Amino acid sequence: MINFDYVRANTVADAVTMIKADPKAKFIAGGTNLVDLMKYEVERPGRLIDITHLPLKAVEETPEGGLLIGALVPNTDLAYHPTIEARYPLVGSAILAGASQQLRNMASVGGNLLQRTRCSYFYDVVTPCNKREPGSGCSAIGGLNRGHAILGTSEACIATHPSDMCVALAALDASVHVTGPNGTRRIAFKDFHRLPGDRPQQDTNLAPDEIITAVELPAKGFASNYSYLKIRDRLSYAFALVSVAAALELQGGTIADARFAVGGVAHKPWRVPAAEAALRGQTPSAAVFRRAADIALEGARPQEHNAFKVELARRAIVRTLTQASNGTPQSQSDKKIA
Amino acid sequence: MTKAPTRHSITLTINSKPMQIEVAPWTSLLDTLREHLGLTGTKKGCDHGQCGACTVLVDGRRVNSCLTLAIMKDGASVTTVEGLANGDTLHPLQQAFIDHDAFQCGYCTPGQLCSAAGLIAEGKAKTPAEIRELMSGNICRCAAYPNIVAAIQQAMSVLGGKA
Repeated sequence: MINFDYVRANTVADAVTMIKADPKAKFIAGGTNLVDLMKYEVERPGRLIDITHLPLKAVEETPEGGLLIGALVPNTDLAYHPTIEARYPLVGSAILAGASQQLRNMASVGGNLLQRTRCSYFYDVVTPCNKREPGSGCSAIGGLNRGHAILGTSEACIATHPSDMCVALAALDASVHVTGPNGTRRIAFKDFHRLPGDRPQQDTNLAPDEIITAVELPAKGFASNYSYLKIRDRLSYAFALVSVAAALELQGGTIADARFAVGGVAHKPWRVPAAEAALRGQTPSAAVFRRAADIALEGARPQEHNAFKVELARRAIVRTLTQASNGTPQSQSDKKIA
Repeated sequence: MTKAPTRHSITLTINSKPMQIEVAPWTSLLDTLREHLGLTGTKKGCDHGQCGACTVLVDGRRVNSCLTLAIMKDGASVTTVEGLANGDTLHPLQQAFIDHDAFQCGYCTPGQLCSAAGLIAEGKAKTPAEIRELMSGNICRCAAYPNIVAAIQQAMSVLGGKA
């Protein structure tokens, strides 16, 4: 690993001042992704700013009936938090579908949002990668691209975002609270991560001198009708080929409100408002779900090795919406798909 | 990039013994244990958080010590496999691993033991399926998994949910 300086921030204002003063510095919290990338020399910060002592560890109900989750809450603590279990089980289920318990114990909520892609060319410093080294080219296009994106790709990058939790947060219309030199702002989840376009090195719309302080969930948690289904190459502890977070509100057998987001298929959690609109007012059925899936996957452009993902995503969407509407969410320990 | 090693003094309580240690910012907790303190029970497998061989308990929670920077754990309590037994009396997990033949080559075992101790303390796994899922961060290339699950079940009944 490269050598670097280490400093500790004691307040959010401190942290922002420190990062603004040193563009080569990086914040570190759980470190599960950053330390790994530093070992591969994909990330080479000159200084780490330890933010784990900042007072961002609370989970509090908001006056609007939502939930404000501190950026430093460990993934495990959030998954098992009584309010998450009772009102936002989709979030807990998605968290427990990702990584291992050791990593979830270390990883923070804010860090989960800022995970880099697991594209093997991004990790392999001897191959061209526009995300790692802008302008060098994309080795995945025309390379081994079985795990790569099928939606929202560009000529520059076909990487996916690896998070499970973010797929649930996207479906639930979460927002991200950030603080920078000019104060605080709130970013809607759909605007937090970006598509690669011609700047794949930029994963998110967080400015380099901003820090995530919290994630806010709105009041509606869809606790009665939800499911998170993750399809991967092994049954546990693997990144998604395709995952789906679905949340429905049923009234008298009709879908009053519907949300779903798809993971493993794009540079960000993939959510299509028109696909959700196609569910509202309908009676749940395979045909209705299939139509929504078709709309969500419109414009899919697979690569040489991942054409299977289009049909896999279609079926996973239908299955997850079925689980949600039946009130039989996918278990994350019993791997049989309900 | 080379830089003169900046060393920082930190205090860690390791297996109930307070220790003052000089570490560089880039020294992992794993390397601190193995290379600085001679506690080689904790194993380096992948060194990238993928295998779980380096699992230790930090303030009672299981973590991958390979991805933990020691400097960030100043003041913490660390339990390694060397700290599980009570003198010559094996920890119920260690005894259960022997009783159930829950290892072959043994390289992943210290990580399995510490991870299982963390799992029991968490109290979330009740069924074999839940044990398997919540132990999935510990890879055993000898595939002793069925016996590991049986050993953990035995230790759970001995410990009554407390590791």
